Amino acid sequence: MTPLSLDVWSILLLTLQYLMLSLLTVGGPVTTIADQHRYLVREQGWITDTQFSASIALSQAAPGPNVIYVALLGWHVGINASQALLLPAWTSQVVAVAMALLCLVSILLPSGLLTYHATRWAQHHQHLRIVKAFKTGMAPLVIALLFSSGWLLAAAHSPLQDHLALWALTAGVTLISWRTKLHILWLIAAGGLLGAMGWV
Amino acid sequence: MASLSNSPTDASLQTPLDGALHRPRSLADLFFSFTWLALQGFGGVLVVAQQELVERKKWLTPEKFVEDWAVAQIMPGPNVVNLAMMFGARYFGWRGSIAAMSGLILAPLILILLLVTVYSQWSHLALVQGTLRGMGAVAAGLIMAAALKLLPALGHNPMRLWTSALIMLSTLFLIVVLHWPLVWVLALIGSASMAGAWHRLKQLASDQQASANRNKK
Repeated sequence: MTPLSLDVWSILLLTLQYLMLSLLTVGGPVTTIADQHRYLVREQGWITDTQFSASIALSQAAPGPNVIYVALLGWHVGINASQALLLPAWTSQVVAVAMALLCLVSILLPSGLLTYHATRWAQHHQHLRIVKAFKTGMAPLVIALLFSSGWLLAAAHSPLQDHLALWALTAGVTLISWRTKLHILWLIAAGGLLGAMGWV
Repeated sequence: MASLSNSPTDASLQTPLDGALHRPRSLADLFFSFTWLALQGFGGVLVVAQQELVERKKWLTPEKFVEDWAVAQIMPGPNVVNLAMMFGARYFGWRGSIAAMSGLILAPLILILLLVTVYSQWSHLALVQGTLRGMGAVAAGLIMAAALKLLPALGHNPMRLWTSALIMLSTLFLIVVLHWPLVWVLALIGSASMAGAWHRLKQLASDQQASANRNKK
């Protein structure tokens, strides 16, 4: 891991990344998990694989829109950065919360502005072929992006042979959530319990 | 943006959709309604949004809700945030958008920041690490399941099945195996896919026209 250095340039880089990602989040914020993993963990190394997975898991366990996990990723970037600079605990918290807000606002602002204006436009032009082509063409892509996000999250526990139980849990949850109407909270609680007992 | 709320299209949007429907009384009403909605939404916000907006508040008819939801899904950004913005804008213009959106985000954000602060104090414990690891594996499964549930929708897509499959497989390959940045994947596969869809829709439209002409003869 190479924590973000808290200079203007690095913070600008992070902000730009999220401003751009905002316009690419078709089909919900979960579709860009794979891309954020690539950027934050693989390329920049600003947070660890464990912190990445923990952010997603915590946001799933708490109420509210899924997009909140972006704030948690930002929070971890901030904590790592301030710990590398040996900042005092309180200052680290302030930095982390500031980074959380920065990431969340950056991912919401451009898409918000675009949606606000485009929905007005599309409402008046819903019979145009270009509007239909957009809806039609994006559908398979959005589904593939979901699959790749799920896969990369599961693959945080690679290699397969060392984490057979974890992979089995992911596969089991996939099947249960796909085929039944069991509430999501039960599944998350069960996963947490299995993990706490050290079984997975 | 303020000028938008005075445009004629807005005036028509601001009239109630149906005599039987209620409407948010104020910006504060909008803010707190969406806060309440967000705090109930564990995992699936769609279900809660439908219950609150359609059944309890009667702010939307079921038909209008589905229509709004479809648009919210297609636009970039989190679906439920998009829905809140569209809904808020309908009654109070851009101020309504901000009220609904911040209602949705603010309380869960404060809650999760408290949660992560507590978590980080104890994150070195094997028990806490194990719990999060288990929950992470579940989260991966939930996302996979969401993708699987959407698969049948491709059957109703005007594009041929093998075209959809090809688009999906190449997207998966570029992201999972080659680790391409999303922006390039969307630029390459997205534009090809949209061009294909455009072509297919055109073809279907002319087929329909041709068969209509045949029937006339």
